Formats: sequence, structure tokens, C-alpha cells
Amino acid sequence: MARTEQAQRYVGGGVLRKEDPELLTGQGKYTDDIVVPGMVWAIVVRSPFAHARINSVDTSRAGGMPGVIAVYSGADLASEWAGPLPMAWPVTEDINNPPHWPVAKDKARFAGDAVAVVVAESRAQAKDAAASVEVDYEALDPVVGVEAALRDGAPLVHDEFGTNKCYTWPLADGEVDDVFAKAPVVVKERYVHPRLIPNAIEPRAIVVQPVPSQGEFTMWSATQVPHIAKVTLSITLGIPESKFRVIAPEVGGGFGSKLQVYAEEAICLAVARRLGRPVKWVEERSENYLATHHGRGMIQDMEVAATEEGKLLGVRAKMLVDMGGYLQLVTPGIPLLGAFLYAGPYSAECYSVEFTGVFTNRTPTDAYRGAGRPEATYAVERIMDALARRVGKDPAEVRRMNFLPPFSEPTPTPSGLSFDSGNYEATLDKALELVGYDELRKEQAARRESKDVKQLGVGLSTYIEMCGLAPSQVLASLRYVAGGWDSATIRCHPTGKVTVLSGATPHGQGHETSWSQIVADALGIPFDDIEILHGDTAVVPLGMDTYGSRSVSVGGVAIHHAAERVKEKARKIAAHELEVAEDDLEFADGKFQVKGAPDKAKSIPEVAFSAWTAHNLPEGLEPGLEETYVFDPPNFTYPSGAHICAVEIDTDTGKTEVVRYIAVDDCGTIINPMIVEGQIRGGVAQGIAEALFEEAVYDDNGTLLTSSMATYAIPSAAELPRFTLAGNVTPSSTNPLGVKGVGEAGTIAAPPAVVNAVIDALSHFGVTEIDMPATPERVWNAIQNAKGGSK
Amino acid sequence: MTTELSLRINGATHAVEVDVRKTLADVLRDDLGMHGTHLGCEHGVCGACTVLLDGRPVRACLIFAVQCENASITTIEGLADGERLHPVQQAFIDNFGLQCGFCTPGFIMLAAGALAEKPDMDDEELRELLSSNLCRCTGYRSILLAVKQAAAAMRPAAR
Ligand code: FES
Ligand code: FES
Repeated sequence: MARTEQAQRYVGGGVLRKEDPELLTGQGKYTDDIVVPGMVWAIVVRSPFAHARINSVDTSRAGGMPGVIAVYSGADLASEWAGPLPMAWPVTEDINNPPHWPVAKDKARFAGDAVAVVVAESRAQAKDAAASVEVDYEALDPVVGVEAALRDGAPLVHDEFGTNKCYTWPLADGEVDDVFAKAPVVVKERYVHPRLIPNAIEPRAIVVQPVPSQGEFTMWSATQVPHIAKVTLSITLGIPESKFRVIAPEVGGGFGSKLQVYAEEAICLAVARRLGRPVKWVEERSENYLATHHGRGMIQDMEVAATEEGKLLGVRAKMLVDMGGYLQLVTPGIPLLGAFLYAGPYSAECYSVEFTGVFTNRTPTDAYRGAGRPEATYAVERIMDALARRVGKDPAEVRRMNFLPPFSEPTPTPSGLSFDSGNYEATLDKALELVGYDELRKEQAARRESKDVKQLGVGLSTYIEMCGLAPSQVLASLRYVAGGWDSATIRCHPTGKVTVLSGATPHGQGHETSWSQIVADALGIPFDDIEILHGDTAVVPLGMDTYGSRSVSVGGVAIHHAAERVKEKARKIAAHELEVAEDDLEFADGKFQVKGAPDKAKSIPEVAFSAWTAHNLPEGLEPGLEETYVFDPPNFTYPSGAHICAVEIDTDTGKTEVVRYIAVDDCGTIINPMIVEGQIRGGVAQGIAEALFEEAVYDDNGTLLTSSMATYAIPSAAELPRFTLAGNVTPSSTNPLGVKGVGEAGTIAAPPAVVNAVIDALSHFGVTEIDMPATPERVWNAIQNAKGGSK
Repeated sequence: MTTELSLRINGATHAVEVDVRKTLADVLRDDLGMHGTHLGCEHGVCGACTVLLDGRPVRACLIFAVQCENASITTIEGLADGERLHPVQQAFIDNFGLQCGFCTPGFIMLAAGALAEKPDMDDEELRELLSSNLCRCTGYRSILLAVKQAAAAMRPAAR
């Protein structure tokens, strides 16, 4: 595809972030920093039971407490809802899709489910009164695990379905059963992905300001998806979309947890409408654990068929996926984001995956950094190691013999999608060299030989992911109800400054910087003269927001196209003013120059001024220099890479230490290397934490035991190793910038690299199986069991 | 129950009438409108609320405002010298020590306080120091590099 015609100046450079000065001096405005005169506070009363019938809610005592303005039960607010909370991804026609009301009326379905709302003049008063709301619960048997949920006679999360099964979604290609029946080698393993709690450091927060006389509402929310929230909440509340504005100010991290439309948003809108007063709600950290959605939570029965040499013939996998108590915005669709990746970057003749969504009495699950793709990659990369052990080959060799060959144009794959570009073997080779693979293997052999207490293991993860969500027609075929496009508007002011409106909504990714780099290069405008606006539905009317590593490959590409449109119009004006034909102009050094006479030139700011005065425009051309482009990607993008992890395990204590970690990523063309590196580092940190530390643990009653930052193991600086990053870029063939996306690479790639390393360190004891997180206790037990078993 | 309180913050004295049960963080944010001090957990784990109390880093969510009566408090809003950023702030820009920026004021105050006392910490000590706070975005490497740069700038020889 055609690339931009001029020399690049900002794209690819390590430009410092525009966002930082305000964030570093305490001037960044997050939702909790928003204060509206006359504002009242809401506190949500939550069920302590995972599963309970709500017999009655007595609000009288709470209602009489100091400062209390109103107390509402689920029944009290029922008339506010024009519909339930949104669920936008009914993955099958026959999906069991329960209504999800913002405040439960009859039954609480997870510990943390909202059962009442207290509104008071201050947050402390609301909180005090919340303790006095008397709810008569009748505790019911909870269903806590997905397998238990599917057993006959299991308690039902939603009685009306007569089952806890939500859906079954299959995808198959080729003669799967036949291939497996005839294959010389079949490897089958079971993998368990614990639930994870995203833990953005900024808790959620919401402020709603109504204008009662106009029926208008402005909502500030710590959300990744202001545009989606506007559409969906207008339906839930019956507020005309034209009277509803949503603003995502600075947002303190999301990782998918703020890719949601939450009960509390609906509650604040409803209360503001009832009372005619501004309402604020700020999540407590304990609520963040209970009532902000979780991620992962999947059991995978993964199988591969192969030749004796280890050449893949087919993939067959069945998954049980924990939905939790309700279906949130895209809960059922999360596994589908990985459904096409169960053959990884490898070739295979046949392919079959099947997902069964299951209701449990736990916090709903939904997107968490990687969303479906970490699960897929984990299964693929774990089983490639198992296959290597089975056929007696080095894991690098087995991968190498199965990689799709290098390609730069769309190439069909076993799951039916076409990948955009890649050179998987070269990426692996680079990683092997950087990690010092041969040396590590020698060292490993020596330690095994000497029965060293500290055993060494090396784990590979050669991942592929699917980003740039998404071609709208593909989304339609997957039954997702919205599109996958994004928009950009470039407004060239008569004074030479430029405003860019972007439909992507950053929450730490540095879009303002990256987008300015793209525009600066495209239009020859100084970087500092470009202002990026986002995250406000009144300012940026069209947007699909930020998630799924989509911003640069959809929103960023939209900016590129909008800039091309600006140049197209500017060229007409410049040609007219310079009295030459359009073709006689070339755009170089930020100016339209007459070919052969470069001192006859017009810059974009000069043209913008002419377009504004409109004194001398070509016949029929509208005044002004502002263009919009809405980009609907023709395909996904497929970032890939090779991560290699070396661990040392103290076989006396079971403690794992990551001693080396190499990440070689192909995220396509890089706009800002510093930002890309930050994304990879942050993601790898979360991925390593998933492999070694983090897990949402429930007891048999459905009570979340890891319910605070003190009990859920978020890593600090002391727990994380150093890692080395490198790249091996193949520009995407899907878009003219060649970009692919990078936000989730780390969480996708890292977990299997780490767990493969742990198993590799212990495989000579006979250990083949360790679930995440590979805590010292689990590792120690695995060693003892294996040793015991071999005696 | 409320009480009159005089707080010395960033060099200025503020007379406030506060609820005695309010933490320093709440008074800074709600009563004084200083929103640079962030609340991530309100139970002393994340460190987003770190401020300096007589030069020492403390968690503003764990200390009552009434305990701060005669102390000198520094918050992120008061760290720069007019237009000139504090070396820790500058180092955070240079090393991309932040992404979403929510944890950032806490890390900056932590480092500014600790380095003022001991600018010659080695890597291990710095890592230990930084492990008092949590960041979910960066993976900490860039924060560590930023603080190392700041430490170098804050050593007496560098001044
Ligand atoms: S808010 Fe004070 S330590 Fe987290
Ligand atoms: S920069 Fe987002 S939590 Fe640290």
C-alpha cells in the first residue's frame, strides 16, 4: 500500500509525551476531581451473599439518618429503567441472556451485587447510613465453579433457564475427528485460567449533572468507552441520546475493566433524574474487587494431533468459560476474541474449538487486558511444549517446523482468518540469540547433572494476537451488535494551529502524543501546534473508544486518512492561489511546492487562512479546512512475537525467580518507540504476575477471599525482574500506516513463557503440569508429588 | 464532630474547619480542593496518596488531618519551584515514568522525600523504596530509571 510521500520526522521518533507535564504537577483532572455545586453522594449497598433471595429491603432507619436525602431499593428504582444494563454480544441465537438490572430486586447473584442505594449530602453520611439499610436475605446455595455449575441438580443462578449453561459456540474447519483418529501422536492437556482482578489504580468514579428543565444529563465517568456508554445508557435510562453527554476525563488505567457500562453509571443517572441534583459516586477499593468485572476464568481441554516428528495436524479444544452472575457488556464474546488463535502462528490441517459459557455466583467476567487471546495463547504454547516433550524435541525446534512461512500479504490460516504479515521464525531466532538459548540449555544440563538445589528452566512463547477491533462486517458475523470503525476530524485553524478530534479514548496510552506525531508528519505542522481532543461525546461525536489494542490501527489510521483528505482540499486551494494545475504541486517539507520552482509554495497554515477568509477559493469549493474520516478496517491486525523466559527454581522452597526475560515483538510500524516499550513492559509485568502471583480466590460460599490490595498479589517493583525488549517489525498489510497495535502483547505472551519455564525446570523430575499462578506452594507440591510418584 | 485546624501546606497556612474523622487526604481533596493527591485504595497499600510530612513520605489516607496540625505538608502541587520542575518530576518526563498518571504523584512524592534524605541509594535500595507503592501501568522499570536520574541530579555534587 502507498505510504506517506514525505520524509518522516516525528513518527518513529522517541518524542516525549505531551500528557506528562500536567499529570506530574497534580493538574490532571480525573473523575474524582470533579466537583459540581449542589452535588450529593451515592453509596451502593451490596449483598454479602453470593446467592440469596431478597425478601425485603427496609430503608426507614437509614432514611432518617443525618444528611440522608433518599434511600432506594431495587424495587424503588425499577420504574427508572427503560431496559436492563446493556449486553452487546449475544454470541449465539439461543444464548441465555438474563436481564441485568442495575439494582437487584428479587435475588442477589454474586457477593457485591447492588441491592440498595443511599444518597446523602456527604459521602461519609451516605456510608454511615448504608450500614443501616436492613435487607432481609434468604441465603441460597451458591454455585461457585463452572464444572459444579453444570452438574445435574446444581443451584441455578438464573432460575428461568433451568440450567446454568449460557451458550455453546463452536467453530470447526476440516475433518477434525478423522485427523485425530488417524494421527500418530495426540497430546491432550487441561489448563485452568484463574480469574484475575484488573486493578486499575484509579478506582471507578462517576459524576452526573442533570439540567432538569431541559431533561439533559452530563455524565463524567472513569470509563474507557464514553461513546458506547452514551448509546447504551440512553437506552437503559430512556434518556434521548441527543440530551446526553458523556465525558471521560483523565482516566487512571483500565486494562479492560473500564470497557464496561456499569450499574453505578445507570444508578447515578437515575438518582440525578429523580432528585434533580448532581450525584457523585466513587468506588472504594473493596468494591473494585467485588463489583468491577473480573477477567479470564476458563478451563481448557486442549488437544493437538501431530506426526511422530511433531508436525501439527490438527487442533481440538473445548472450553468452559465462567461468565459470573450476569452478562456484562461483552462477557459472552470475550472467548471469541481468542477463538481464531488456537493454532497460534502455526499451520494445521484442521481446527475445532468450542466454548461453553457458564453462569456462576461470582462477579461477572469481561475484558481484561488481552481478553480471550491470553487464554488461547496459553493453551497453544503450553501444548507446543507438551508436544515437544512427547516427540523428544527441543521446544524451539517443534515451533520452527510448524510456523507459517514468512509473508507480507494477507495469508489464510487454519482458523479461517487471514493474517496480515509476519516472519515468525526470524522473530524466534532473534529471541533465542538474545536470551543466549544454547548457553542456557548447557547450564540447565549442568545443574541437572549436579542436582543443584536451584534448577533452571527455559520457556518459550511464540504468540500471535488479533488486534485492531474490528471490521464491522466480521463483527456482524460474530453477532456483536456494534461496528468496529473509528473516526478522526482534523480542523486547521486560520491561525495555523490544528485541532484533532479522535474517537479513541486513552487512559494512559499517550494518544495525544502519538496522534500529534502522525499529524505533524502528514501536514507539516509543528508538533506543539497540534491539540488532540477526545473522550467527550459533545466534542467528538463519533467514536468507538479504546480497547483491544485498537487505537492506533483503527483510530490512528483514521487520523492518517483525515490528514490525506485535508491535503487533498488544501492542494486545490494552493493550486488555485499559485495559479498552477494541482498536478504541478508536490507536498514536501510541509508545503505544496510548484515542481521545479520550490520557492513558489503554500504551507497548510497559509492555505488554512485562505480557506477561512474564502476570498479566493476555487469555484464551488466550500470555505474552511476541516475533514473527517471514519475508518472501518478491512481486516484485523495480527501482532506477533517471541518471548523467552528463564527461571530459577529453588527446589527446597518452590520459589520461582525469573532470571532472564526476552521479548521480541512485531507490532508493525512503530509511531513512538518509548510508548510502545511502555506498553510492552507494563503488559509483560501483568503477564508475569498472572503466571506467578495473581488469582481471585473464592471460598465455597462464594465469598471472595482476595478482596483487597493487601490480599490480592499485585506485584510491586521488588517482585518484577528486568526484561529485555527488542522488535522485529513487519508492517501490517491491513492499513497504510503499517501499524498493528501493542497494548496487550505482554499479557498474551508472558504467562505461557513463564509457566513453560517453570515446568521445563522441573520436567526431569517428571513434572508436566502446574496451574497458574505458580506459587511456591504449588511448585513445591508439584515437585514432591512427582518425586513421590517416581519412587 | 468538627474542629478548627490550621494546616501548613506547600508553604501557605490554611485555616479549615474539618470533621475530626477526616483523613489528611480527604481534607486536601475535599476541603482544600487540592486534587493532585490521589486515592487508590484508602487502606494504605497503593501509596497513590503519598505526601511529605515534615519532609518524610507518609500515606495521606492513613493519617488524620488533626494529626498534622503543627507539621509542614508538601503535596505534588507544591513540589515544583514555580515553572521549574523538581528533579524527580523532570526525570519522570525524561524516562517516561508514567502512563495513566494516577499513581504518579504518589511515586514522585515518595522519591522526592526519600532522595532528599538519602540521594545516594543504590539500585537495590531504590527498588526496595519504590516497592512501597503500586503502579499497574508501567511495570516499574521506567519509574526506577527516572528515580535513578533524579538521584544523580539531587546528589550534592550535582547541585
Ligand atoms: S490511597 Fe493511600 S495508600 Fe492507597
Ligand atoms: S501510571 Fe498508571 S498506575 Fe502507574
